Amino acid sequence: MSDTSTQGRHTAGILDIRNIIGSLIGVYGVILTLMGLFGDQESDKTGDVNANLWAGLVMIVVGLVFVTWARLRPVVVPEHHDRPQGPPHDEAA
Amino acid sequence: MASPTVLATDTIISAHAVDYLIIALYFAVVIGIGVIARRQISDSVDFFLSGRSLPAWVTGLAFISANLGAVEIMGMSASGAEFGLPTVHYFWIGAIPAMLFLGVVMMPFYYGSKVRSVPEFMRRRFGTGAHLVNATSFAVAQLLIAGINLYLLGSIVHALLGWPLWVALIVAAAIVLSYITLGGLSAAIYNEVLQFFVIVGGLLPLTLIGLHRVGWWSGLSDRITAAAEAHPQDIAPAEQQLNSWPGLPLTGFDSSFLSVIGIVFGLGFVLSFGYWTTNFVEVQRAMASNSISSARKTPIIGAFPKMFVPFITILPGMIAAVLVTEIGDIKSGQTVAGGASGEGVKYNDSLLYLMRDILPNGLLGLAITGLLAAFMAGMAANISAFNTVLSYDLWQQYVVKDRDDDYYLWIGRVATVAATVIAIFTAGLASNFSNIMQYLQTLFGFFNAPLFATFILGMFWKRMTATAGWVGLVAGTASAVIVAFLSEDSFGSASTGTLAISGQGAAFVAAGVAFVVDVGLSIVVSLVTAPKPVEELRGLVYSETPREDLVDPDEAAHPWYQRTLPLAGVALVMVVILNGIF
Repeated sequence: MSDTSTQGRHTAGILDIRNIIGSLIGVYGVILTLMGLFGDQESDKTGDVNANLWAGLVMIVVGLVFVTWARLRPVVVPEHHDRPQGPPHDEAA
Repeated sequence: MASPTVLATDTIISAHAVDYLIIALYFAVVIGIGVIARRQISDSVDFFLSGRSLPAWVTGLAFISANLGAVEIMGMSASGAEFGLPTVHYFWIGAIPAMLFLGVVMMPFYYGSKVRSVPEFMRRRFGTGAHLVNATSFAVAQLLIAGINLYLLGSIVHALLGWPLWVALIVAAAIVLSYITLGGLSAAIYNEVLQFFVIVGGLLPLTLIGLHRVGWWSGLSDRITAAAEAHPQDIAPAEQQLNSWPGLPLTGFDSSFLSVIGIVFGLGFVLSFGYWTTNFVEVQRAMASNSISSARKTPIIGAFPKMFVPFITILPGMIAAVLVTEIGDIKSGQTVAGGASGEGVKYNDSLLYLMRDILPNGLLGLAITGLLAAFMAGMAANISAFNTVLSYDLWQQYVVKDRDDDYYLWIGRVATVAATVIAIFTAGLASNFSNIMQYLQTLFGFFNAPLFATFILGMFWKRMTATAGWVGLVAGTASAVIVAFLSEDSFGSASTGTLAISGQGAAFVAAGVAFVVDVGLSIVVSLVTAPKPVEELRGLVYSETPREDLVDPDEAAHPWYQRTLPLAGVALVMVVILNGIF
């Protein structure tokens, strides 16, 4: 799962929010691109723009940017935390 | 309009399999985050628990997303369809300055005094009287807003599946309840950030395709002008819809001068400062960050995306008013059957109809996902804020003291279920208002305007007494209610019409009166009652707090773009420029 370095510190791995955002946006991008290529373009609605295709391509790029960013600058999770678990105001998160 | 009806005949939106796939994927990821968070507690507790190890852009986006719920998206697009560009004041006047003020001036007190909630700050500064008023009014407001979120969520389900509104409400409430339980509170910030991107992914294409269809800005202007000229009785003149100032259609005032005063003082100062600087749901996100510097930067970083939210909410509303037959008809004073609630088309339906008319399947699913995500997260935030304040600020403080933590957790769970049930009834209430924003502004006037007055006076005037704290709050709120009753329509048919103010303008006036009454009474009462001892005010009042408690010593070492004040300055300049352009 997550990478482990010698000091027992972890990178956030798949739990890094950038990976989650990047993956979901990327998968949506692929679905939309496929819709744009093979689905009904519904040009009467969009005014003759293949909206699914363009949105899909942009989303693939955005997804890749997020995943690459997470690769290049990984978040390191500190081993120790001084925060008591479940203080009341976390309830409202 | 020629809407393809494939699966059902009486739904506004006909989603296809691909749309449902996109919706399902989102919920799979959200639930997956919750499950992984729960299973990998030892690894991820630091990572999930708070913004402590999260970068500032994440907490800043979460700050915005917590507010980017049903009310904002549907309410702002509705207001855009009805009033046009003046709606941007809710962002550029009514949010950004207050967010910057929160970061620059008020956050050091919240963070430095180490309180857990905004009502708790109230208790430390003014004792239990003001605390009880604040905690109770906050809890009630959360229930009402949760109801609005639920109503809009139910209307999406209705539009999608064609269920009766009340069935949709109950099912949507059940989904949110399980979402709160399953997703877990620790995953909330993640979901909010994710939700932000899904909303942008759904609404940005909607806006761009819409603009393309109407012929971009000049085409939109032409069509709004044509519609206004065709129905001069019902539609405000085009130049008032296409320029943000002086905002006559928004305030309902006849005088440009009064309209500007109403927007700047009523909305920009009283309403928005009251909301953004004292709302626990928002402030709490910044409170959880790792340093006083990050806490201060959270709302300031949030201000940058916030500036551009109107382009994907208000603009689609304006487009819907000229592109969607149904919305154009109600704008010209007609009544149209149908609508998301099944009780007639309303301005709140603008986005749904626009999605139906211009989004191909695929993008349609993405837009629906964005709306569902926003409404669920919004309602979840309201309900969990409610149960925190109820169990810790109210129950533990006033009803049953000194029990173990498990007991209060149990109370919190009961409160969650109760709040969900109550929200179903509040949702019914919300459905009787044609414009959600007006309903909300009415509420904010009651609760938030006097709150800001009390906070800001209490933070900077050490003489202010505990008695003045609660007297000011109660009298301020009461005066706002009285103004609303005397106006023409703030409470619908219950208002007497004694004062010739209506619509949003009435809400601005009510808020302004509440503010003035609160400040005036607080000063008078403070002068005749005994103040708190000065030594109890450290960290709570400006003059009694050492300067080093209010700033981060490391901040000077950061480059300028990571420091609080330069960032706030850039945001302020950008907002002034945006106001100048539009």
